[in-house]
Amino acid sequence: MSLSLKINGQPVQVDVSPDTPLLWVLREHLDLKGPKFGCGVGSCGACTVIMNGNAMRSCITPVIAAVNMEVTTIEGLSEDGNHPLQVAWRELDVPQCGYCQAGQIMSAAALLQHTPRPTDEQINDAMNGNLCRCGTYVRIRAAIHKAADQANTAHSG
Amino acid sequence: MQLSRRHFLQFGALAVGGGLAIVLYDAPWSEILPFVDVFAAGGLSPRAFIQIHPNNTVTILSKDPEIGQGIRTSLPMIIADELDVDWSQVEVEQADLDQSIYGAQFAGGSMATPMNWDPLRTVGATGRRLMVLAAARRWGVAPADCTTSAGRVLYKSGNRSLTYGELASEVAKLPLPDASSITFKKPSEYHIIGKFTSGVDNFAITTGKPLFGIDVTVPGMLYAVIDKCPVFGGTVRHANLDEIRKMSGVRDAFVIAGDPHTNNPSIEPGVAIVADTWWQAQAARKSLKVDWDTTAESPTSPDQSTEIFNQKAAKLLPQQPAYDIRSYGDINSALGEPSTRVVEADYAYPFLAHATLEPMNTAAHYKDGKLEIWTQSQTPGDGRRLAAQALGISESDITVHMIRAGGGFGRRLRNEYVVEAAWVSRKVKAPVHVLWSREDDFSHDAYRPAGWHHLRAGLDSKGRVTAWSQHLVTFGEGKKTASSAGMGPGEFPAGRVANYQLGYSTIPLFLRTGPMRAPGANAYAFVGQSFLDEVAQAAGRDPLDVQLELLANSYNGGGDPHYPPERLAGVLRQVAEESGWRKRKSGNGQGMGIAAYACHLGFCAQVAHVSVDSQNRVRVHEAWSVADVGSQIVNPSAARAQVEGAIVDGMGQTLIAVDLKNGAVVQTNFPQYPLPRIHQTPKMNISFRITENSPTGLGEPALPPIIPAITNAIFAATGKRIRTLPMTNSGFSLA
Repeated sequence: MSLSLKINGQPVQVDVSPDTPLLWVLREHLDLKGPKFGCGVGSCGACTVIMNGNAMRSCITPVIAAVNMEVTTIEGLSEDGNHPLQVAWRELDVPQCGYCQAGQIMSAAALLQHTPRPTDEQINDAMNGNLCRCGTYVRIRAAIHKAADQANTAHSG
Repeated sequence: MQLSRRHFLQFGALAVGGGLAIVLYDAPWSEILPFVDVFAAGGLSPRAFIQIHPNNTVTILSKDPEIGQGIRTSLPMIIADELDVDWSQVEVEQADLDQSIYGAQFAGGSMATPMNWDPLRTVGATGRRLMVLAAARRWGVAPADCTTSAGRVLYKSGNRSLTYGELASEVAKLPLPDASSITFKKPSEYHIIGKFTSGVDNFAITTGKPLFGIDVTVPGMLYAVIDKCPVFGGTVRHANLDEIRKMSGVRDAFVIAGDPHTNNPSIEPGVAIVADTWWQAQAARKSLKVDWDTTAESPTSPDQSTEIFNQKAAKLLPQQPAYDIRSYGDINSALGEPSTRVVEADYAYPFLAHATLEPMNTAAHYKDGKLEIWTQSQTPGDGRRLAAQALGISESDITVHMIRAGGGFGRRLRNEYVVEAAWVSRKVKAPVHVLWSREDDFSHDAYRPAGWHHLRAGLDSKGRVTAWSQHLVTFGEGKKTASSAGMGPGEFPAGRVANYQLGYSTIPLFLRTGPMRAPGANAYAFVGQSFLDEVAQAAGRDPLDVQLELLANSYNGGGDPHYPPERLAGVLRQVAEESGWRKRKSGNGQGMGIAAYACHLGFCAQVAHVSVDSQNRVRVHEAWSVADVGSQIVNPSAARAQVEGAIVDGMGQTLIAVDLKNGAVVQTNFPQYPLPRIHQTPKMNISFRITENSPTGLGEPALPPIIPAITNAIFAATGKRIRTLPMTNSGFSLA
């Protein structure tokens, strides 16, 4: 079945079964390897993308549900890789193995869109669906605060 | 201009001791040795590691598998600092597998730093010396009048200078300098080593570049899933292959007869489905019907259940151990003395799965008798050997590319997924990527073995520990313990107490076990350090004092000679100081716990502060960690990261378990295996105690003590002793 999608601002056509999880359409048909496969049941968050402003687990989202939606993957988060979260992630050396981090950053990006200055509690609520098996949580929290600070400073300046 | 590998600096051979650390392998460390060819290299050849370009940028090869321990950053840092280039000049490239050039290439046992510290400093320092010699020759001056800085050779403080790039072609013609002319920098001269350095792959990671094994694609590549019997060792009687072959995208489906013996390193039995995309292969699997034969190789599978194991262990625990590990003094007399106060307890912990976030996978391409492999194995040399064996080809016909791994934790010491990819590629005559589902990953791991301990300790009238008896009930056949299921004669407090007995008994197991991050230590620290806390409470003494007192003792030749007790005492004292241990207040649902452990050449002490609510929900508020891993922290960011991760990992081990029912694993995905999340993560205070010892690794030593530190803190808060993991069995959870 031919489906029209909008991924990272670009319209694309894919010919797949409509119940194919969005994750596998991104990875295997559109060659976007940023979203990762971790569990297949929406429990680890490694596959997180942003759909119309909300963090979604693409491994349990059938591709048909993405039609007429704006889908953003880690590849489309910024043009040059310098979204404040990406910069903060590098400055604080957040990744260990790095496998979950695209999903972590996308969950954090959705959070900052709605909540530019999140509290620790708001970070907990937004991020506890993202598992980091290496345990980088202390730095993920710090990097979100840092990115929020920088984005706000940039706006006020 | 792009230089090829042939233009690498001609450093010549430089002998280094590949066996440096091997003598330090004790049980249970020896568990990873079957996977690693530590003596692969006769000597390192430094020319292989450094490529200097005319524009004065430098490519440094990283030799070991990157599994999240930060080795792709920290090992090149060592070379770069001694070579005396700026880190901004450096590009890191991953070496392929070639242990004749790079020495042993593996990730395990926290061995990368201790095994590479001297050899890679030598590589860098030799490179720097050659630059000086080349410049001195061109200028006609004495090498002693030349210095280096940021990739340049300077004559007499800078009135003449040449970049390394300008000297590269001359250096290639120079003979290797005499080893006696090679000097290492003083630590005060380091400008890369010891500095916070962000990982070299971080830009690629934060922008979603295809970096991991799962991302590897090869032109014409197909994807495969392999459905295996939920019961280890089950073989295929029949499968509806004709139906599967007709499904969308499916190219082939076939039975792999395989070898049902779970510990044999050949391919396991199952049904392979090969399709154009992985999702098509996985979707087809939902229609797969397999008639499994679980009788041939696992006739006892109904006995292979956690419940039955618990019953067997309960019978064995009070008996005398079947086999001795270490005994001296007179344990029975010591415990039987009328003036001796005896403390007695049983401890237990479950099977665990590694659950790396990136499931097992490997890409392979077999063509015309040659095999190319892209894998995240922690032991790629072992993977190549097994693939060669399974396909009946020579190892020299196999090329192995080492790809960044989404976590290791010891899981990728085994290589069955490598063999699978190779085998399926040859079968379907195309490049194939075998990828396991999360359920495959949970149900076909090599698990951290469960275990049970019966302990008795004797206290004299002054509250001093005079006797310690420990009976481990573990898995094995007779005297031979399963992988990672044995204990060694250096286990604390062996050699630190006047009367001692450590022995074990075994229960037969069909399940596959294997090393998991801090193998052995992750379980034995919980048992030993919890029981020590219990003994101290019984004596009315501070567990810190009891432990320090024991560490000052020496009986029967003392403890493990590779672990000087003063180093463990040193981190204990420091963590007590930093956490305010002596001034702690406990009770009313608040408490602090302390624990220490030495393993994998490192020494670590940790304190946890917890609160427990009326429903036994535990919040770990703060953790303190002090580790002694020698004289130099190579990358402070990565070192702290290993401790941060170990604290979270250890905290998770209070909650998780793999249970076995009729030979099959019960937990098959993350919802049933509640690893810690961000809201459960404590504040962390992390320090290193710098001592005059050669630098060692951190992947493992920071994990074991946090588990008993937390459970001891729960006791301090509630008076309830957690003797069985996961603590959910005792009604506790993490808030």
